Amino acid sequence: MARLGVDEWVARSGERRERQSGWRGRIDQARARVGWWPRLALVVGLGLVFGQIAANVNVQTVAINSLIYALLAMGLNIAVGWAGLLDLGYIAFFGFGAYGYALFSSNALGSGGAGGAHLPAIESIPIVLVAAGAVGVVIGLIALRLSGDYLAIVTLFVGQAFVEVVNNIDPGTLGGVNGLYGLDPVHSFGVSITTPKGLYYLVLAIVAILAVVLHLLDTSRTGRAWRALQDDPLAASAMTIPVNKLKVMAFSFSATVGALAGTLFAAEQNNVFPTNFTANILILIYACLVLGGVGSIAGAILGGIVVTVGEQMLSSPTDAGYLFYGLILLTLLVRVRPWRYLGLLIAGTIVFGLAVRAIVSAVSASAVAGAPGSSGWIGSLVSHWVIVPAHPATYGNILFVTLICALIAIIRLQGTRRLLAVVPTIFAAACCWESRLIVNPAITTQIMIGAILILTMAARPQGLLGAHRVELL
Amino acid sequence: MQVFVQTLVNGVTTGMLYALIALGYTMVYGVLKLLNFAHGDVYMIGAYIGYFVLHWFGGPTALSAPVPLVLLVMFALAAGGCGALGVAMERFAYRPLRDAPRIAPLITALGISFLLENTVLLLFGGFTRSYQTPSFLPFSSGLHIGALRIDIVQGMIIVLGVLMMLGLRWLVNHTVLGKSMRAVASDREAAEMLGIDVNRTIALTFFIGSAMAGVAGVMSGLAFNQISNTIGFLAGLKAFTAAVVGGIGSLPGAMIGGLFIGLCESFTSSYISSQYTDLIVFGILIVTMLVRPTGIFGAPTLQKV
Repeated sequence: MARLGVDEWVARSGERRERQSGWRGRIDQARARVGWWPRLALVVGLGLVFGQIAANVNVQTVAINSLIYALLAMGLNIAVGWAGLLDLGYIAFFGFGAYGYALFSSNALGSGGAGGAHLPAIESIPIVLVAAGAVGVVIGLIALRLSGDYLAIVTLFVGQAFVEVVNNIDPGTLGGVNGLYGLDPVHSFGVSITTPKGLYYLVLAIVAILAVVLHLLDTSRTGRAWRALQDDPLAASAMTIPVNKLKVMAFSFSATVGALAGTLFAAEQNNVFPTNFTANILILIYACLVLGGVGSIAGAILGGIVVTVGEQMLSSPTDAGYLFYGLILLTLLVRVRPWRYLGLLIAGTIVFGLAVRAIVSAVSASAVAGAPGSSGWIGSLVSHWVIVPAHPATYGNILFVTLICALIAIIRLQGTRRLLAVVPTIFAAACCWESRLIVNPAITTQIMIGAILILTMAARPQGLLGAHRVELL
Repeated sequence: MQVFVQTLVNGVTTGMLYALIALGYTMVYGVLKLLNFAHGDVYMIGAYIGYFVLHWFGGPTALSAPVPLVLLVMFALAAGGCGALGVAMERFAYRPLRDAPRIAPLITALGISFLLENTVLLLFGGFTRSYQTPSFLPFSSGLHIGALRIDIVQGMIIVLGVLMMLGLRWLVNHTVLGKSMRAVASDREAAEMLGIDVNRTIALTFFIGSAMAGVAGVMSGLAFNQISNTIGFLAGLKAFTAAVVGGIGSLPGAMIGGLFIGLCESFTSSYISSQYTDLIVFGILIVTMLVRPTGIFGAPTLQKV
């Protein structure tokens, strides 16, 4: 609880009093009493322990990617969460950092096929970061002339233009569609980090340091000025807050953090391609930030981890099953009260599924002839429950469209009707999942990311860890 | 000279498409002050509806009905389907966020765009589909003035585009609905107090804007002959540029901006290089924003919708 305004303190007092009852309240209180640095130390400690336990290279790669996305979300948070500037060109800074690092650590800058820069990371990364900060200032200066939505458009074009530039301009140096490859590992002072484990510790250290820096920034005069700017630029400027300077600063800081993530990304991948920096990745970063909570550092880190791990789980049929059925159960657990309704709902869904399947299989044997897409024990468990026809593609498509309509209907319904509608919807979701969605993990991931953005904004705009915004009247 | 005139005609055709999409952006921006990033994907869905109608009538090579009828049904269903999609989008995604901070509906719009694009990918696959226009609308059947060629599709796009714009202009300026749209655009709360059904007006605005995007989608399928789930993004972006260059919120601005972007594009690709077309269009946008952030027609006038 950093310095709050008196008004905000008063406005929150009701909330606090409500919270004090029950075990949840006690946990909340305990959490609030612990300062920020023990919490950070705990998270970093867990990260270190995880690094020691994780022996599998794939797991280590996912861990590095999670942290890189956490970094990206933290950087985006400066512009979007604190200063309230919707920066849709953020991906360009990520790409700028990655390409910058790649240029300095490969043969790209050599002429006639000889040499190349091959700077050590301790030199190349700072150069790239300063350059990215400068580009951020330039774009920030452009942004000064624009307000709100116009800013979003222009930055979106900056992001697009970046991809166009690296694709089309000077293929000899920037590699065109083939990108740059064969990069040096991170090396400085004669030490070279070649294993994923080493890189993991490096990235973890950077995330920890950056979290401290950003926290201090957030609670400083500058951080408060940014939030004042977000709430009302006009009022902020009336309070002698230098609005223009702060906007440019937010852009520049955000660009620097994005570029830092880019350099680490390039070092991890050993190559960079224009397709790594498209609008899809931008939306992924937004999903991390929005899910974790716009404006919260812890939220950005959590969002990065959740989205990356979720994406990874979806690509394996066994894990995807855990994720899907786990999410459904979790949603029911959180949303359905009292407990007996929850039991009835789950039992009802199972019975409903078995009954429908019995009827369908009596009518046509080929309609239940397909195998579910899940493997492992979940697969064998649901194989006698869901309906998967022999040729599931068209059936799955129809089911998917029906499912979207059913979900919209559930939002509109109230009370018992809603409970009744949930039963067939869950069953339809399971059938659709087993017959169509799990077979196309890449597309399913994208659909889920889109859904995360929409649902988070509709149901919990503050995200998982963001603070609820206090409305002062 | 001949190349010049041909480029001009091509540019006007493309520009007409951008203008139709841009009108939807600008109308929605006018009433809700919301940039509907998903608008380009509505256009993409329009193109797909047209494609499936075409195949429902037996496919481009073996049409079971007269060509004008098929075209009429294609345009009508694409307009209706996309309009309904727009209304659903407004009702279930944007309306709950009407009083939320400005950033929330923008992020929702990004999410919807992503969702639509990938839903189409899941349902219909990622490959490019072709309308095969020449097999039922032969390119030879058009206007030939000397060496200048306006094929029938281009002619249709230009005529239909102009008609729709005139219709929209009439709707906005001379009907009760247009009046309530203008009222909601200038002050939503005041409009509500004066007894205007704000929700209905906004829903209808979304319907009209999305329907025009749907028609533009079918037109683009006919003219460029290929559609895929990703065409919406770039077309949406260009139309965006058009709306912004013209001054977002202004109807004539969107029309002129669309034509301007179409002409820029076609002249760049025939006189400079098709590789740099997109970069030049983006450059125009950024320069416009710097010189005149509110666009050419963006001054606060009564023409806002």
